[in-house]
Amino acid sequence: MPERQDERIELAVNGVRRSVEVEQRTLLVHALRDGLGLTGAHIGCDTSQCGACTVLLDGRAVKSCTVLAVQADDQEITTIEGLARDGELHPIQQAFVEHHGLQCGFCTPGMILTAVDLLSRDRDPGEETIRHALRGNICRCTGYQPIVDSIRAAGAALEEGAAR
Amino acid sequence: MIPAPVRYARASGVDHALELLAEPDSKAIAGGQSLVAVMKLRIVRPSLVVDISRLELRGVEVAGDEVRLGPLTTWDELIAAPELRRPALAAIGECAAGIGDLQVRNRGTLGGSLAHADPASDMPAVLLALRAVLELRSPEEKRSLPLADFFLGPFTTVLGTQELITGIAVPLPAASSGSAYVSVEHPASGFALAGAAAVVRADGSRAVALTGVGAQPTLLPSAGDPLDALESLEILGDGFAPAEYRRQLAETVVRRAVERAEARAEEDT
Repeated sequence: MPERQDERIELAVNGVRRSVEVEQRTLLVHALRDGLGLTGAHIGCDTSQCGACTVLLDGRAVKSCTVLAVQADDQEITTIEGLARDGELHPIQQAFVEHHGLQCGFCTPGMILTAVDLLSRDRDPGEETIRHALRGNICRCTGYQPIVDSIRAAGAALEEGAAR
Repeated sequence: MIPAPVRYARASGVDHALELLAEPDSKAIAGGQSLVAVMKLRIVRPSLVVDISRLELRGVEVAGDEVRLGPLTTWDELIAAPELRRPALAAIGECAAGIGDLQVRNRGTLGGSLAHADPASDMPAVLLALRAVLELRSPEEKRSLPLADFFLGPFTTVLGTQELITGIAVPLPAASSGSAYVSVEHPASGFALAGAAAVVRADGSRAVALTGVGAQPTLLPSAGDPLDALESLEILGDGFAPAEYRRQLAETVVRRAVERAEARAEEDT
């Protein structure tokens, strides 16, 4: 049995440098939730299926239940808590509100962060592309149609924002 | 679910990683998309994980008559690589786009997947059909090994405990060649119930490889009709797909992959 070893890691979380002590086996989702109090990344299936724990690691969506926290040392993390700016919702969050892209809300942080990744590559993805991108995010309430609608609307809003 | 206690060390280079892997029961970790999952289930309980994810072993580059794939290249990077956007290599991006999900493709690596050797993993079929060759490094030697000689069985390869995949070379097929990958996936896991990769070359020769249908990904004998070769292949049956059904799936994906590869070869003028 390897002896327990703790390690202090530094993460740039939502633009702020944070330091947290973790066991070497600690998963990123636990470091965020228990270590840093960021409970927006949800633990759903815990087997890399449901995507509720999705965060951005250096700008790309990953499942934080399947990343060792120590592997993320010194990298940038964005959680759902980091999207709103000065009390104003991020355009993707706003679109989920307007298009009823959630019911219970459990999957929503993961859905939105996956959408951030998708829309950072393509602001006008078709329905098929959106559904393919959401393959790793499971919603058990609403069905996916309003989620897809929200992401399409968010892409258009981001495009408009960029044009302004 | 959390992994059993484990120590962690970040390798600063390939030599350092190999040195660290001298420890009994140590395991190299790259993107961790296979390893962390089995560590959480405690199917695997390494004493030490050696993090190779920051080594300079990623990227896609055309060098002479081959294309070199870094083992730490993620699926997402393979999909985006302009070097692979040619009919002869189209199967690589086509296959990568169907692996796991967006989050897994952002983090999972080619080399990690090969070393993990899941018998239903997709990309080995493509790389077998393309006659890929692995470059392996251990403290003693650097050796080249055709991928066809790499897999020994489910989750088992010839890779030594103190050995890493440091490169994957794919010989560039001549002009007017095409490749394709077609699979039928298990709807929940996304792994292939049957997957087929086909490479059709300008001289009319065909290479077809299968995954998900047996103990390991398999290259069919190159002579003759691949559907005839498939007939003599032993096919796995399980709760998801009994052998007879899986054989039908295999025939279908082989036929579709060959047709698509042929169409791409015609495009490649």
